[in-house]
Amino acid sequence: MTIIPTGSRSMSEVTTTPGSTEPVLGAESELPEEAREIVFEIRNLAVRYGGALAVRDVTLDIAANEITAVIGPSGCGKSTFIRCLNRMNDLVAGATVEGLVRFHGEDLYDQRVDPATVRRRIGMVFQRPNPFPKSIYDNVAYGPRINKMKHNLDDTVERALTHAALWDEVKDKLKKSGLALSGGQQQRLCIARALAVQPDVLLMDEPCSALDPIATARIEDLMEDLKREYTIVIVTHNMQQAARVSDRTAFLTTEVGESGHRSGRLVEFDRTATIFTHPSDPRTEGYITGRFG
Amino acid sequence: MSSQSLYVAGHRGRKVSSACATGFMVLSFVVMLVPLVLIVGYVIKRGAGVISWSFLTEDLPIIDRLPGGGIAPAIVGTLLIVGAATLMAVPLGLLGGIYLNEYGGKRRTASVVRFLADVMTGVPSVVMGLFIFSIWTLRYQYSAFGGALALACLMLPIVIRTSEEVLRLVAHDQREASYALGGRKATTIGRIVLPAAAPGIISGALLAIARAAGETAPLLFTILYVTKTNTSLFHGPNVALPLLIFKNAQSPFTAAADRAWGAALTLIVIVFLFTLLARIVAAGFDRRRRA
Repeated sequence: MTIIPTGSRSMSEVTTTPGSTEPVLGAESELPEEAREIVFEIRNLAVRYGGALAVRDVTLDIAANEITAVIGPSGCGKSTFIRCLNRMNDLVAGATVEGLVRFHGEDLYDQRVDPATVRRRIGMVFQRPNPFPKSIYDNVAYGPRINKMKHNLDDTVERALTHAALWDEVKDKLKKSGLALSGGQQQRLCIARALAVQPDVLLMDEPCSALDPIATARIEDLMEDLKREYTIVIVTHNMQQAARVSDRTAFLTTEVGESGHRSGRLVEFDRTATIFTHPSDPRTEGYITGRFG
Repeated sequence: MSSQSLYVAGHRGRKVSSACATGFMVLSFVVMLVPLVLIVGYVIKRGAGVISWSFLTEDLPIIDRLPGGGIAPAIVGTLLIVGAATLMAVPLGLLGGIYLNEYGGKRRTASVVRFLADVMTGVPSVVMGLFIFSIWTLRYQYSAFGGALALACLMLPIVIRTSEEVLRLVAHDQREASYALGGRKATTIGRIVLPAAAPGIISGALLAIARAAGETAPLLFTILYVTKTNTSLFHGPNVALPLLIFKNAQSPFTAAADRAWGAALTLIVIVFLFTLLARIVAAGFDRRRRA
C-alpha cells in the first residue's frame, strides 16, 4: 500500500481538473498543504450491508483542526461513511467494510484494534439529540466513569460543558434531568458528553437537522471554536451549512446500478470554496445549484 | 369560482355513529368490570368476617370441619415458597431475557430458547408439579423447596419473555450513545439498558409472582400439607394458601368454607400488597431517571 502524499486529492477518476490551483478561494485553510497534519487517510472505502453495496470509492484525507463536511443527496451513504470512522458500523449486523481507513497512521480495522478504544478517541454526535435519562452531570460524567477517568470528575464535567458552550445555562441545575433541556441544549449536552472523554476527533452526523435555526447557529459557532482543539467531520444535508462551517467538502452522490440497486460514491473532494464556486464535476455543480437532490 | 359549502350532508349521521361507538366502548368497559367487582366483592363479603388476629396467627386446626384455629402456617408457607421461587426464577429469567435480546439475536440457539420458553408457558401447572414430584420430591421428600422449584418452572418462561420484550423497547440511540463514548457491551447493558428497562422488568416479574402465588396444582405433589408452621425451606412438608383453600373448600362444613374464604381474601391482599410495593419501586426508578 503506497502512502499517498498528504493533501493529494486523488479520489475517483473524476478529479482530473486541477481544482487546487484556485488562488483566491482557499482562505479558510490557512495552513499550506504540506503542513496539514493528516488524521484520517481513507482509501477506496466501500461498505456493504448484507452484501448490498451502500457506498464505495471513498478516498480522501481528513486533516487535523479542520472541519470536513460531507454532503450529498439522501441515500448517498454520508452517514454510512462517517460511521466507518469510529467503527460504529461494527454494531450493524451484516455490515462489512472494505478498503483502508488509517487513523494517525494506524489501520482502524486491524485485528489488534479495540473498537471501544477507537470510539473513545473518536467521539460522535448523532442526528437526534440522545441524552441519557439521567441528570445533566451524570450525562457528561458517563464517559469518564466508564473509561476509568474519574480523577477530578467535577472539573472534567465543567470543562466539557464550558467547551460545549452550555456551562452558563446549566451550572445551577446540574442535578436536573438532561431531558428537561431544550432540543438545542440537549444537542450541546451531547457534544459536552462526547468531549468529556477527551477525544481527538468529533464526528457529527447531521447534528442540526432536528434543531431550529437559532440553535443551529449556536452549534455552528461552537464548531468554529472547537476546531482549534479538535478535528471535526460533519455530515449535513444542508449545503449552506457546509459552506458556512467547513474547510473542505466531500460530495457524495447516489448511483443506480444495473439491478436498480442504489448506492453512493464519492464524486469530489476539495476545499469548500472550490466545491461551491468551481466544482470540477458536473454532478457536483448540479447538486450545488439545486438541479437535483 | 364556486366554493363548496361547509354544511356537509350526512354530518349528523356521523355524529350519531360516533356517539354509538363511544357508548359501546363505555358499555364494554362496564361489562369488563363486572366479573372483577363481583369476584373481589364476594370474596370480601364472605372472607372479611372470618379474618381476625387469631385467624392470621394461629396454627391450622387438625380437623377442618371444626371452627377455630388460624391460617398462619399457610401464610408463612406461601411467603417462603413464592419467595424462594422468585429468587430462582427472576434472576435466571432476566439473564435469559438479556441473552435473547442482547446477545442471541437471530442466532439458532436464541430461536431454540425462545421457542422452548413459549412451549414452557403453555405447559399446564399440574404437569410442572408432576415433573418436580418425579425428579425432586421422590428423592428428597416433601419440602417447601420442591414447591418453589415447581413454581419457578412456571415463572421462568414468563420472566424470560417479558424481559426480552421490555429490553427490545429500549431506544437504540441510547445504546449507540453509550457505544460512541467507548462503552463496551456489558457496560452499556448494565448502565443504560437495564435501568431504562427496570420498570418493565419489575412489572413482568410481578405478573409471574402473582400467577405463582395463586397456583395450587404444582404444590399438591410437592409440599404435601401440614397444620403447624414450618419455616424450613428444605426439611419437612409445608402448606400454602391455595392448597389450604383447595382442601377446605371441598369440605361440606361451614367452618371449613369460612376458613377457605378468609384464606382467599388473605391471598388477594398479599398479592395486592406486593403489586403496590413493586409499583412504588418502579415509580422510584422512573423518578430517579427524570429528576
